[in-house]
Amino acid sequence: MSEALETPPQPGKPGILERRRFPSLIWLVPLVAALIGLSMLVHAWLSAGPEITIAFQAATGLDAGKTPVKYKDVTVGLVSRISLSEDGSHVLVAVSMDKSAENLVRADSRFWIVRPRIGLAGVSGIDTLFSGAYIGIDAGQSEASGKNFIGLETPPTIINGAPGKSFVLHADDLGSLDIGSPIYYRRIQVGRLASYQLDPDGRGVSLQIFIDAPYDSFVGAQTRFWNASGIDVALGANGLKLNTQSLTTLLAGGIAFATPAFAAAEKSGAAQTVYELAKDQQAAMAPPDGPAQYIELHFERSLPGLSIGAPVQFAGQELGRVVSINLDYDPVKQRFPSVVGIELYPLRLGRALDKLPKTREGTDPALFMRRMVEHGLRAQARSANLLTGQLYIAIDFVSNAPKVAFDITARPLILPTINGDFDQLQEQVANIVAKVDKIPLDSIGRHLDASLVSLDQTLKQTNAQVLPEATRTLQQAQQSLGSAQGMLADDAPLQQNLNQTLLEVRRAAQSVRELTDLLGRHPESLLRGRPDDPKPAPAGARLPANTQESSP
Amino acid sequence: MSAPPRAAQLHVIACHTCGMVLEDAPGHPGHGRCPRCGTTLHRRRPNSIARAWALLIAGMLFYIPANLLPVMYTNMLGSGSDNTILQGVVEFWHGGSYGIALVIFIASVVVPCSKFLILGMLLMTVQRRSTWAMRERARLYRLVEIIGYWSMLDVLVVAIVAALVKFQSLSDIEPRTGILFFGMVVILTMLAAMQFDPRLIWDSEDT
Repeated sequence: MSEALETPPQPGKPGILERRRFPSLIWLVPLVAALIGLSMLVHAWLSAGPEITIAFQAATGLDAGKTPVKYKDVTVGLVSRISLSEDGSHVLVAVSMDKSAENLVRADSRFWIVRPRIGLAGVSGIDTLFSGAYIGIDAGQSEASGKNFIGLETPPTIINGAPGKSFVLHADDLGSLDIGSPIYYRRIQVGRLASYQLDPDGRGVSLQIFIDAPYDSFVGAQTRFWNASGIDVALGANGLKLNTQSLTTLLAGGIAFATPAFAAAEKSGAAQTVYELAKDQQAAMAPPDGPAQYIELHFERSLPGLSIGAPVQFAGQELGRVVSINLDYDPVKQRFPSVVGIELYPLRLGRALDKLPKTREGTDPALFMRRMVEHGLRAQARSANLLTGQLYIAIDFVSNAPKVAFDITARPLILPTINGDFDQLQEQVANIVAKVDKIPLDSIGRHLDASLVSLDQTLKQTNAQVLPEATRTLQQAQQSLGSAQGMLADDAPLQQNLNQTLLEVRRAAQSVRELTDLLGRHPESLLRGRPDDPKPAPAGARLPANTQESSP
Repeated sequence: MSAPPRAAQLHVIACHTCGMVLEDAPGHPGHGRCPRCGTTLHRRRPNSIARAWALLIAGMLFYIPANLLPVMYTNMLGSGSDNTILQGVVEFWHGGSYGIALVIFIASVVVPCSKFLILGMLLMTVQRRSTWAMRERARLYRLVEIIGYWSMLDVLVVAIVAALVKFQSLSDIEPRTGILFFGMVVILTMLAAMQFDPRLIWDSEDT
């Protein structure tokens, strides 16, 4: 230690290294960092697709920076901004699309918000319950790319490019149909109702339907469409028939189509062909009606039970229907006759129409009808159903119909009428009622009442007096019978005595018989006394035999 | 003023690693090697300022994507979303978790930014041989060195949460590229602080 204090410590000698000149490699680090940042910037810039704006009614469920835009469930964009339009009527959703989705954004591309939807036809978008709403996109066909779009409020029923064909149906009203209602062919769902709109003149509805491939080939020029909603109940001679397409159609409506078997096979109809939508299958399959002929009928009486739409029959064929029922006033008779308007479809006569003699006046319905009326053609309100009192109009030839003047100039034509069978029935019923009325029900009732009162009294008397007596008598009789039974019992003394007596009587009878026997054989014994006993017979031998042998 | 002698005046040099004091060959262009542990000897860290600058700039460059890119993907009940650091802070703040928001903000914004500022300031002053507030600057440097380790907090949080929350479709948390850049920022700033030779602060005292 002391040595160390005397001499200060000498630093050691380091080994000498040659200094090497390094280029300052450390600057590579920020260079690499800058390159990485730059490459990311370039990448982001290159991958940024177009920014589009979609207008929606409301931005429910949309979230800027979060809500994705999905095509076939692949995210192809992101909602970047949501703003209100200038007039505040709708929202503008700015979407930055991916570069890869550039060709999806065509001028006719459609956008809609996918939310959970629960309808009669099913549940859709259930996944969005958890993931939140997203915007669906359906790529358009247009060549031009778009920038501003108007979003659909409901998801489109048909995605562009889906194989199949569109057709247009024309109907009187929409019924229970709605967008997405199923379309059935032989009860297989083959398409959907895509959209509908009121005709410009407001007199009908046009329905766009979409039939999936390959079923679209079943739609031909002769194909008939009908509304398959609801239940078709048919009460026929062989019972009740219930006919529906499917449960869905009951609730949500549906359309069915078929091609009549009689239609010639032909190529499938071109897309966008207009078809008529019939009310039901029967109507759809019926041959075409042709133009209607309006005719008026004047009935003398009121017609309860006749409703608009009631059938008009000719020779059992349904030839038309009732379209109007009105009251008229007859000032001469001071009555209110009914005026019934009917529509006739002469084409429904079919073959008969072709064979009808062509009058020289041509085919003027008025002249034709005059001839028919001369032959006794009359209209009649008949009852179709006695239970409900429903009436229908029957046009028939009545042989003994009174002559009526037929005005061929009247427009509309007026067909003469006669009272229907229901009227006769009513008359008969009235007669019956009158006869029933004459029966003195009142006095019958009174007499019956008096008789019943006396019967009641008699019964009371019987109950109070006769019945106790009878009971007593019966009791006594029972007692007598009991003692009689006692006397007649096996071990009763009477019985015993009787038995003994009878025994004694038998014995006495036996003795008497023996005596008569003896006297018969030996009458002398009466005088001589009993003869000696003969020698005893051998054992078991019969006594009379022995005596006979010994006697001669 | 009888200041204590400096190593350069005594012609000695200390080993960085084992602290052995060795004789400095004055005017010698090369560097020595510690005879005890073999460490290369320097009077000051060579190229200290340039290296520190380079690493600091690299760190700052990486700080931009670290903030712009999402650091975490959270998927709760099917609603997935990417979150950048600042989005997370804002969300926590709006959600009422002020404490968590503050912690994340300090760990991921205040600390890295102050590191950039302090290191930059130290490097600038050293380059300009400024004698201003040398003691405080030395203290700041030690502070930067100490908090350097703790800046990894964000990365750790993301790593742990991503490892813990894995319930498939129910809820899922995944790290995203932003956290990689953030980790790079932390590492680069730590390296920059290590490259900076605090003795340089005092060198300007002589002139």
